Amino acid sequence: MLNQSARYFVPDPSHWPIFGSVALLSMASGAALWMNEASWGKFVLIAGVCILFFMMFGWFGTVARESEGGKYNSQVDLGFRWGMSWFIFSEVMFFAAFFGALFYMRVLSVPWLGDLEHKLLWPDFNAQWPTAGPGVAEKFTPMGAWGIPALNTFLLLSSGVTVTIAHWGLLKNNRKQLILGLAATVALGITFLCFQAYEYSHAYSELNLKLSSGAYGATFFMLTGFHGFHVTIGTLMLTVILARSIAGHFTAEHHFGFEGVAWYWHFVDVVWLLLFILVYWL
Amino acid sequence: MEAASHAKATHDHAHSHDDHAHHPSGLMRWVTTTNHKDIGTLYLFFSMTMFFIGGLLAFGIRAELFQPGLQYWEPEFFNELTTMHGLIMVFGAIMPAFVGFANWQIPLMIGAPDMAFARMNNWSFWLLPPAAILLVASFFVPGGAPAAGWTIYAPLSTQMGPGMDLGIFALHIMGASSIMGSINIVTTILNMRAPGMTLMKMPLFVWTWLITAYLLIAVMPVLAGAITMVLTDRHFGTNFFNAAGGGDPVMFQHIFWFFGHPEVYIMILPAFGIVSQVIPTFARKPLFGYASMVYATSSIAILSFIVWAHHMFTTGMPAAGQLFFMFATMLIAVPTGVKVFNWIATMWKGSMTFETPMLFAIGFIFVFSMGGFTGLILAITPVDIQLQDTYYVVAHFHYVLVAGSLYAIFSGAYFWLPKWTGHMYSETLGKWHFWLSLIFFNVTFFPMHFLGLAGMPRRIPDYALQFADFNMLATIGALGFGLSQLLFVAAVIKCIRGGEKAPANPWEGADTLEWTHLPSPPPYHSFETPPVVK
Repeated sequence: MLNQSARYFVPDPSHWPIFGSVALLSMASGAALWMNEASWGKFVLIAGVCILFFMMFGWFGTVARESEGGKYNSQVDLGFRWGMSWFIFSEVMFFAAFFGALFYMRVLSVPWLGDLEHKLLWPDFNAQWPTAGPGVAEKFTPMGAWGIPALNTFLLLSSGVTVTIAHWGLLKNNRKQLILGLAATVALGITFLCFQAYEYSHAYSELNLKLSSGAYGATFFMLTGFHGFHVTIGTLMLTVILARSIAGHFTAEHHFGFEGVAWYWHFVDVVWLLLFILVYWL
Repeated sequence: MEAASHAKATHDHAHSHDDHAHHPSGLMRWVTTTNHKDIGTLYLFFSMTMFFIGGLLAFGIRAELFQPGLQYWEPEFFNELTTMHGLIMVFGAIMPAFVGFANWQIPLMIGAPDMAFARMNNWSFWLLPPAAILLVASFFVPGGAPAAGWTIYAPLSTQMGPGMDLGIFALHIMGASSIMGSINIVTTILNMRAPGMTLMKMPLFVWTWLITAYLLIAVMPVLAGAITMVLTDRHFGTNFFNAAGGGDPVMFQHIFWFFGHPEVYIMILPAFGIVSQVIPTFARKPLFGYASMVYATSSIAILSFIVWAHHMFTTGMPAAGQLFFMFATMLIAVPTGVKVFNWIATMWKGSMTFETPMLFAIGFIFVFSMGGFTGLILAITPVDIQLQDTYYVVAHFHYVLVAGSLYAIFSGAYFWLPKWTGHMYSETLGKWHFWLSLIFFNVTFFPMHFLGLAGMPRRIPDYALQFADFNMLATIGALGFGLSQLLFVAAVIKCIRGGEKAPANPWEGADTLEWTHLPSPPPYHSFETPPVVK
């Protein structure tokens, strides 16, 4: 019996999930109110975000304590690996929807709008990518690839290297290398985000490139925006495992918390490469 | 000797008492539970509640259509009824019911103590009530509930009032719930099987859920993307579905149906799984062609990704596209045919009895197959161009969703209720429920084939006079069908509260682990020691 309970880990009842549900309910209703001219909705939204952070802090704290308490055997570890892999697969499909929209607009709907049938409606429309579409009058300048975006590519690729260096440090039991590698990765992530924020303000103030700039603006901001959001989450996750590493968590044999974050970070990296090629460069 | 066994029994009793003392009681037991059986029960009761809310909306539709002319509702509200009926039935009733079965049955059938991520399992369920609150609340905001059809096509959905935002957020939350639930199911199946339970020894219900969960993880995020684009088009000035900005409303349909068609199989594959457990049990023969069933299920899942545009034959796609999607769609009839053949071959020369689960399973084969055939007819592009958006389509998908998914849910419920509750259900109530459901289902939906062929459009609250008789008949059938479902509630409550004591295996032909290794009802924590499967 003892042997078997070591085989399986079934957690006790937990009050954390219901906090998450209340959080999402208030976030959704707050956002819906705010979007429909009830400005107090933003307080409901913010309250929801706070509850969500409280839930994650408590929930992940419990998981970290259980992990450090030696409750997770190799089967639980393998379960986490499967779970994280499938979660990343779901994220891939989420981005696929937006890349699909980019493909559809650029290859299909924009050329269709420039064909002979549409000449009657929009005689002056030049169906060349990048475009804001035939009916959006404001002109914009597309974002170039070889300034900040190329630098950001370099930053993210380097951060992939530093997180691997940190992993090697963990495997060799070199805590200093682990902590410095992670700190460098967090710093690179934050630098990336700052550049991205600067690029957005540059787009709005100097290029007149906005979310409302038709097909190009919508795909540009939604793809890079969701990617930036994922980088933010990834940076938060990296910060958490940096703090855990400083607190002495993880061993060379037992550190899926670290690996899961590293997987996620590499995923965010690959999405950026696709963005750099398909959104900025080509 | 006797004293010793008595002492052992007391000890066992004390031990099981300990197990029960492990969780809080009352409401907090259900709010904080990490137990797959509790969570399965929550899913099933949630599903039943939403089933009746959705049914009430359906009756609102049928009441309006009882006679030609506008009787009760404004046309705008009629659109809200059809939309919300669809959304609630798909996301609130059918899908949670199958997840409820998965929660209860997968750990029992593979010999695992619980789901892989027990706390996340709790969250997957407890995200559903907030989503349901948002959906139902949308009726009470200015402009009312979403009224663009359950498919929320742009540009209708990009123009409606705040109710659409609530609907979008509800879909986001239900999607998150589905993705977490599916990750849990896949991980449980891949990682928690008892020693000896190889993949090709798994009960077919587990196989179908493995493939369904994969489909869910692949397509729910795509739906999330589509509705996020609707949201930003509505409020943040993007032009995804606006031709003036270089977008295209038809693009919404492509993205939506890339989710939507696999979604159809998400709602039928677990049904196939349930029927594949029930038929061998009551035919007292092993399932015919087990391996071919697994391969057929996988083929259906793979094909489901390349048929989406058969929902869009009238949007003006190139002939090559129409041909591709027509033939790809027809190809699905092959693995589906394999399945129906195997079920019938399982019954061939079997020693059959016709308890309620078996009646629903056989009813499923008959009536679902009719829905399958009308699907094949609709796959033919020139026919579909005639029948698009008519009642023929309504008849088709209710034959596969009600007589398919819902009948399988009933079949599974009667099949496993003795295991879950420890009591036999009332066979009399069950048989009445089956026969009334079967008759009234056909009275409701069979005439819709004729209405559709004669050209009656769907989603319209009024109709031409020549459609009056069949509509009146359909409404009478719908009332009968709805009332018959109260028998199901009665049967379930009666079974929970008491009744003949169920033995560990009340069904002669059942041979999966929950029947052979566990008492009825199973202890709160089962399979803490994994069984060895040979």
